[in-house]
Amino acid sequence: MDYEVVIGLEVHAQLSTHSKIFCGCSTTFGAPPNTQTCPVCLGMPGVLPVLNRRVVECAIKTALACHGEVAPRCRFARKNYFYPDMPKNYQISQYDEPLVVGGHIEIPTPEGMKRIRLVRIHLEEDVGKSIHGEHLDDPHASYVDFNRSGVPLMEIVSQPDLSSPDEAKLYLQRLRTIVQYLEVCDGNMEEGSFRCDANVSLRLRGAREYGTKVEIKNLNSFRNVQRALEYEVIRQTKALDAGEKLPQETRLWDTTRSVTRSMRSKEFAHDYRYFPEPDLVPLATSREWVEAIRRTLPELPDTRMQRLVTEYGIPAYDAGVLTSSKALADYYEACIKRYPKPKLVSNWMMVELLRALNRDGIEVEQSRIAPENLAELLELVDDGTISGTMAKTVFDTMYETGKAAAEIVQEKGLRQISDENALVTAIEQVLANNPKEVSEFRAGREKLLSFFMGQVMKTTQGKANPHAVNKLLREKLAEKET
Amino acid sequence: MITREDVEHVAELARLELTAAEKEQFIAQLNNILTYFEKLNELDTSDVEPTSQVIPMSNVFRDDAVQPSLDRTKVLQNAPEESHFFFKVPRIIEE
Amino acid sequence: MDLHALTIHELQDLLGTREVSARDLTEAFYRRIAALDDRVHAYVTLTPEQAFEQADRADHRRQMGESGPLLGIPLAIKDVICTAGIRTTCGSKILHNFVPPYDATVIEHLTAAGVIVLGKTNMDEFAMGLSTEHSASGITHNPWDLSAIPGGSSGGSAAAVAADECAAALGSDTGGSVRQPAACCGIVGLKPTYGRVSRYGLVAFASSLDQIGPMTKDVRDAALIMNVIGGNDPRDSTSAAMPMPDFTRALTGSATGLRLGIPREYFVGGIDSAVEQAVQAAVQVLEEVGATTAEVALPHSEYGVAAYYILAPSEASSNLARYDGIKYGYRTPQWSNLRDMYMHTRDEGFGAEVKRRIMLGTYALSAGYYEAYYQKAQQVRTLILRDFEEAFRHVDVIVAPTAPTPAFKIGEKTDDPLQMYLSDVFTVPVNLAGLPGISVPCGFNSAGLPIGLQIIGKPFDEETILRVAHAFEQHTDYHRRKPPL
Repeated sequence: MDYEVVIGLEVHAQLSTHSKIFCGCSTTFGAPPNTQTCPVCLGMPGVLPVLNRRVVECAIKTALACHGEVAPRCRFARKNYFYPDMPKNYQISQYDEPLVVGGHIEIPTPEGMKRIRLVRIHLEEDVGKSIHGEHLDDPHASYVDFNRSGVPLMEIVSQPDLSSPDEAKLYLQRLRTIVQYLEVCDGNMEEGSFRCDANVSLRLRGAREYGTKVEIKNLNSFRNVQRALEYEVIRQTKALDAGEKLPQETRLWDTTRSVTRSMRSKEFAHDYRYFPEPDLVPLATSREWVEAIRRTLPELPDTRMQRLVTEYGIPAYDAGVLTSSKALADYYEACIKRYPKPKLVSNWMMVELLRALNRDGIEVEQSRIAPENLAELLELVDDGTISGTMAKTVFDTMYETGKAAAEIVQEKGLRQISDENALVTAIEQVLANNPKEVSEFRAGREKLLSFFMGQVMKTTQGKANPHAVNKLLREKLAEKET
Repeated sequence: MITREDVEHVAELARLELTAAEKEQFIAQLNNILTYFEKLNELDTSDVEPTSQVIPMSNVFRDDAVQPSLDRTKVLQNAPEESHFFFKVPRIIEE
Repeated sequence: MDLHALTIHELQDLLGTREVSARDLTEAFYRRIAALDDRVHAYVTLTPEQAFEQADRADHRRQMGESGPLLGIPLAIKDVICTAGIRTTCGSKILHNFVPPYDATVIEHLTAAGVIVLGKTNMDEFAMGLSTEHSASGITHNPWDLSAIPGGSSGGSAAAVAADECAAALGSDTGGSVRQPAACCGIVGLKPTYGRVSRYGLVAFASSLDQIGPMTKDVRDAALIMNVIGGNDPRDSTSAAMPMPDFTRALTGSATGLRLGIPREYFVGGIDSAVEQAVQAAVQVLEEVGATTAEVALPHSEYGVAAYYILAPSEASSNLARYDGIKYGYRTPQWSNLRDMYMHTRDEGFGAEVKRRIMLGTYALSAGYYEAYYQKAQQVRTLILRDFEEAFRHVDVIVAPTAPTPAFKIGEKTDDPLQMYLSDVFTVPVNLAGLPGISVPCGFNSAGLPIGLQIIGKPFDEETILRVAHAFEQHTDYHRRKPPL
C-alpha cells in the first residue's frame, strides 16, 4: 500500500558557553569525573540557580536565524522525575511558556527548497552521565558523573513536516550549519553536543489524520538517524500492510544490530508534574534587546543559501553544500567574483576541493588554495593553456604547495600541446609503433581509438590537447594505407 | 475521594515505599485534608491571574564567566557510596 | 550579672568597654546550655571548638580596633541553614550525617560581622510543623512550661533564646515558623519581606514562601541582625534589589501618626480568650502611644490555610525529591535494585509529617489535578495579596494575634494534622503575600504561657513594623520576663 512518511525531529543542542546555565562551573568536554561540579549543579540542599545571560542570547540568535518568534515574556518550569543522573530529581526546563515559538528552516532537497516548520525552541539544563558497572568495576552498579549536569541545552522541536529519512538528514545538517554559523553550538553529534530524537509515523497517502507515532531514541550520528528512520519506515510498512495495529511507544536504535528495539514499557507513563520554577524569575526579552542581537548576526545561512540560488542560478542542493559553513560560502563568492561561472566553480569546489578537505579533515580556511587561485586555474582551462584533465593535476599541486596555477604550469612545463604539427608527429609515432592495432582498428575495432588516445597522451606526458588529438587521430586513421 | 490506588500511584511518583498501615492512615488523613481544600471552590477565580512570584522581578542574570568548581574531595565527601571518583548507585536498568 | 540573660546590644556595651571578652560570653552560654539543655533540648549540635576559635578571632579583631554591633556575639542557628563543616540535618534522618561544604549567605554575612556560632538548633523536620515534635532528633520543650511545645518549626531557636542559651538565634519562616514559636516562647521573631534576605544556603521547603529571620530577646536585637543578614544576593535570583536601610533608625520609641489596621475577620470565634484579651490590650497600649486604629477587611482570610497547604507541600514535594541516597545523606541498607533503593531510603529517611506533605504536594501537582489544586491555590493567593494591598491603602501596619492559642501540650495535637494546620491561620497569609511580619510578646495566660502580638507591614517596610513593635516594647515589660527555669 502507498504510505506517506511523517517525521518530526527533536534536537537538543548544547550551547557553547564557557559556564553552565545556572552556575559558574566550566562546560569543557572530557574532564575527569566530578571535577566540574559545585553545590548548585550537584543539587545540594539549599542551593539556587542563577541564569547565564549568554545562554539566552544564544537562543535568541538561533530564533532569529530560524525566523522564530521570541516571546516577550517566558518562564522556566520544573520537570519532575527520578533518575540517578538528575541531581535534583527535577530538571529545570520550560513548559507552557517557551522562549521561542514557531520558526522554520529551509532544506535543499533535489526537488528544490522545502520549508520545515518549527514548533518551538526552549532552554533547559543538561543532566549528568552514568556508566554501567560492567565497563568500570562492579556489574551490579552504575557510576554517575555530574560534570555534564547543568550544561545549557537548547531544545528545537520541528513540526512533522519531514517526509523521508533523507529529508530528516538534510534538516539535521541544515540545523547544525545554522548553529555552527552562529557559533552557539559546535554541532558535534559524536561528543553529544548535538542530539536527536525522532518521531515517525505512516499514513495512507492522502489521509488527513496522522498514524501512530513512534519515538526513536539513541541516534548519535547523522548516518544512524538516516538508517534508523529507514529501518522504521520498513518495519512500520510491513506491520501496517499485515493489518497490525502499531503501539504508540518509544524505541531505541541498536547500532550493532541495526534495528530499533522497543523499550521496556513502564508501569506508569511519566507524569512530570510541571509547575513554574519558583527559584527563577520570569525572562523578559525586549524588542531592543532582540534587535541589538539581530544587528550582531552575519548574513544568515538560509538567506545566503536562497540568495545563491536566485543570484547565481545554481541548484538548491549546491547552494546547500556551499553554505554549509560561512567560510565556504565566502570562498565561493570570492571565486565567482573573479571567474563568474557559478556552476563550474560550484562543481570544482564540491568535487575537488571538499574531497581534499574532508580527506585531510581540515576546514576551507586552512586550505592552501585561495579563491583567486582557483579562479585563475579555471581561466587557464578556458583559454586552452591546460586541458581539463591536466587541471586536476595542477589543482592537487596547488593544494599541496600553495603555489599559483600559472606558476606550476610554467615550472612543470604542463602547457597543453595544441600545435597540430607537434601533435601529428606524436600521433604518427604512436601509429607506427602499433601496426597490429592500426590494422585491427581499420578492420572495424572502433574501440581501439581510446587506446591510441591513451598512447598519445602518454607520449606527450598528458599535455596533448585531447580534442585536437581526437580529431587528428581520426583523420590519420582514416587515411589510406600507404 | 482519594482511593488506595491513588495513594499507591502518588507514592510511586514520590518514590515512597509505604507500609500497609501508612497507606491506610494516609487515605484517611489525605481525604480529610482534601475535603477541607474544597473550600476554595467557594471562590470564583475564573478571571484571576495565578501568583507564582510575589515580588515582581524579571531578568536576573549572571555573566558567562567560569568560577572555580568545588574540590572533588568535597564533592564526594557526603556520598553514601563512591568509587573511582564517581557516585556509585545500584545498576540502572536500560529502559 | 548573668551574661546569658542580656540582649545583644547590652552585651555589645560590655564588650565595648572590655568588661567582658567574646570568650567569656561563649563560656557563659555553654555553661548555661550544659545546665539546661537536657531539659529543654533546644540544640541538636554544639560546636564549642569552632565557637571558641571564632570568639578568639572576634577578641583579636576588637584588639585591632574593630567594632560592630555583632562582633563577638554568640548565636544559635536553626539546623535548616547550611553551615560549612558543621553537620546540618534539618531535623531529618535523611540528612543525619550531611556536612555542607559551603556556608549559607546569611552565615557568611554573620561571620564577617564577627558572630560566634554556638551550635545548630532543633526543628520540625524540613521545617514542616508548628510544634517541633516532628524532628528525628527528639522533641524540644517550651522553657515556660516543659510539658508544652515551643512552637515550630523553629522551636529549637525560640527555646534557646527564651532560655538564654544564646544571645539570639536565626530561624526560618514559611507559614509562621519564626513568628509562632516566638509567640509560644515569649520572644521577638521577625519574618522579613520575601526577597529581603537571601535564601542561598537555606534548605528549601517552599521556595516561594521561605525566608530566614532573627529570633531575639528584644526588638533592637532583631533590627541589628537584620542589618547584617539582609540585602541583595547574586546567588539568589529571588533576592530583591532593594536598598538596605539601617533598621535601628526605625526604633524611635514612638508610634505617633501610625495607623494600625485591625482585620475584622481575625477576631471572630476560634481564638483563645486570653489571646484575644492580650492582643486587644496591646492595641490599647499602642493607641496610648500615639497610634490610631481602623478596622480593615481581609475577606479571603479564611482561605489562606487551604491555599497554603496546597502550595507549600507542592513546592516541597519537588524540593525534597533530591533526597535519594545517591549524593549525600542517608541510604537504606536494604535494597536489591535502584527502585528499591529510592523507595526504602525515602520511606525510612523521612518522618510521617514530611511524607504526608510530599504525598499531598505530589497529588496536587499530578496530571488531572493541577488546575483544581495548585493553580486554584495560586489564584486564591492573588486574592489574598489584593486584600492586603487594599487594606494598606488605608493603614500603615496590620495587627493581629500571632497564633489563635498559646502553646499547647506536647502530644496534644499530633494525631490530627488538619487541626494543627488550622493554627496557622494568622501567619500563612503573610507568607502567601510575601509581607514582613514580626511577633512580640504581649502577655501571658493564666498558666503563664506567653502570648504574641503580630504586626504585619507593607512589602519592604520592615522599618515601620519594627517601629511599632519597638514602641510597644518600650511601654511594656513582657520582653524582660524570663521563664522560671
